Amino acid sequence: MSSDNQDTETHSEQMDETQESQDTNSNPVRTEEAKLKAKYPSLGQKPGGSDFLMKRLQKGQKYFDSGDYNMAKAKMKNKQLPAATGPDKNIVTGDHIPTPQDLPQRKSSLVTSKLAG
Amino acid sequence: LTAGGGGNDVQWCFSQVKGAIDDDVAEADIISTVEFNHSGELLATGDKGGRVVIFQQETENKSQPQCRSEYNVYSTFQSHEPEFDYLKSLEIEEKINKIRWLPQKNAAQFLLSTNDKTIKLWKISERDKRPEGYNLKEEDGRYRDAATITTLRVPVFRPMDLMVEASPRRVFANGHTYHINSISVNSDNETYLSADDLRINMWHLEITDRSFNIVDIKPANMEELTEVITAAEFHPHQCNTFVYSSSKGTIRLCDMRASALCDKHSKLFEEPEDPSNRSFFSEIISSISDVKFSHNGRYMMTRDYLSVKIWDLNMENRPVETYQVHEYLRSKLCSLYENDCIFDKFECCWNGNDSVVMTGSYNNFFRMLDRSQQRDVTLEASRESCKPRQVLKPRRVCAGGKRKKDEISVDSLDFNKKILHTAWHPQENIIAVATTNNLYIFQEKVN
Repeated sequence: MSSDNQDTETHSEQMDETQESQDTNSNPVRTEEAKLKAKYPSLGQKPGGSDFLMKRLQKGQKYFDSGDYNMAKAKMKNKQLPAATGPDKNIVTGDHIPTPQDLPQRKSSLVTSKLAG
Repeated sequence: LTAGGGGNDVQWCFSQVKGAIDDDVAEADIISTVEFNHSGELLATGDKGGRVVIFQQETENKSQPQCRSEYNVYSTFQSHEPEFDYLKSLEIEEKINKIRWLPQKNAAQFLLSTNDKTIKLWKISERDKRPEGYNLKEEDGRYRDAATITTLRVPVFRPMDLMVEASPRRVFANGHTYHINSISVNSDNETYLSADDLRINMWHLEITDRSFNIVDIKPANMEELTEVITAAEFHPHQCNTFVYSSSKGTIRLCDMRASALCDKHSKLFEEPEDPSNRSFFSEIISSISDVKFSHNGRYMMTRDYLSVKIWDLNMENRPVETYQVHEYLRSKLCSLYENDCIFDKFECCWNGNDSVVMTGSYNNFFRMLDRSQQRDVTLEASRESCKPRQVLKPRRVCAGGKRKKDEISVDSLDFNKKILHTAWHPQENIIAVATTNNLYIFQEKVN
């Protein structure tokens, strides 16, 4: 059953993968899957699509703890608080504590759409 | 009635393009929904900035049929504003997810627009007369000194420049815990449904403080969550019937006469998957991003990441037709997963007589799939093809191997140029195609 092949990334499989990418008649999706598993070995270990679905349901959720914020400010004194950077900007957990600088500027709603221009 | 083919019989020409030319696109200008009204006279767009722009078709000059009717701005207003729910610590985007028109009952037009949490009913009305000749006020509104009034006159209505006003008539708030993906007006013209990731509610257009929950797929334990609702629509004629699609590629048809809570479906539409094709991507690409009933109510169309399927409502075990939209993307799934494009939600639409369907793709390409002639064509919405009445040339993508002249290779496709939203005039061969921040209107070539 092909599922056995998916779980282990052996040297012979990597050879197969190279051959597959050169052979345009083979299943391209399998090749793509192998590529993905090579980059992210822990992907797909958890059951179901629940990680992805939970992330979808949590869209817009912001986390802030004033206690954490003030404690961190006190500890840091003159240093900057760790700011959100990169793709994780919107996932606020762990060490990152949101600061006023992180908050997106409230967008002006007074501008007319350019479609009407 | 000009609706005929629409696939390869019809040649499509550029008619108009709306929006800014510059490449620097502000987030607010990203078009998020496009919808013709029931007569096709009005075309509404919604954007990420919460704004609605309505275009109106000029009345055609019948004696000069080659003078094509154009769509010009009719009304524009701010429908939704960004909000913050302090209780739940939740940021609520003002992006308009869907607009649906109500059938016209009187002089005014009504539409429903929704963001993630709140649905609003807007009334769009015209004012072309104003009262003049008040006794107590000057024409500019200032009050007259009562002592100077010596005669009485009857105010009269005089014509004025047309003014189109949009006013919010109902606000349907607090009905959804999760994010609204669909709204659909019922054929009874009294109710409508709104669907979020886990629930579907039915509202009465007159009542804002109550709604009925008709579908609830939230599991008792959220750890057991395996599927979400992706789209929902009422049947065009049967007011008791609606469908909803899921992230697992299934469509459920429900009959509200069967029970108050329609958790148990009347029909389940699902195409069995070939187990040897199963991969990490299977479920993601099977997720249905849009479901639309045909105008005649006998079929429904679903859009998943790579294909469009036509289902006969009487046959649950497989679609009657399947069309590949961009099969060449199969060899790109890894990078499409990494850049999140695999989660893009493409919509689809029927032409007026259900003979042709249309859906968008990448690189500002869109696809016309002719059901009656079993032919398909790929066209492009581009500023390069914007001369008046310029006929659109078919586009071809080369999946691999030698690239022919005029073909574009898969690796050259711009995945940031997505056509997610398209609309087809209900009667004529006029289509509205939204690129990221521009709205293109194409019409059938008239000889």
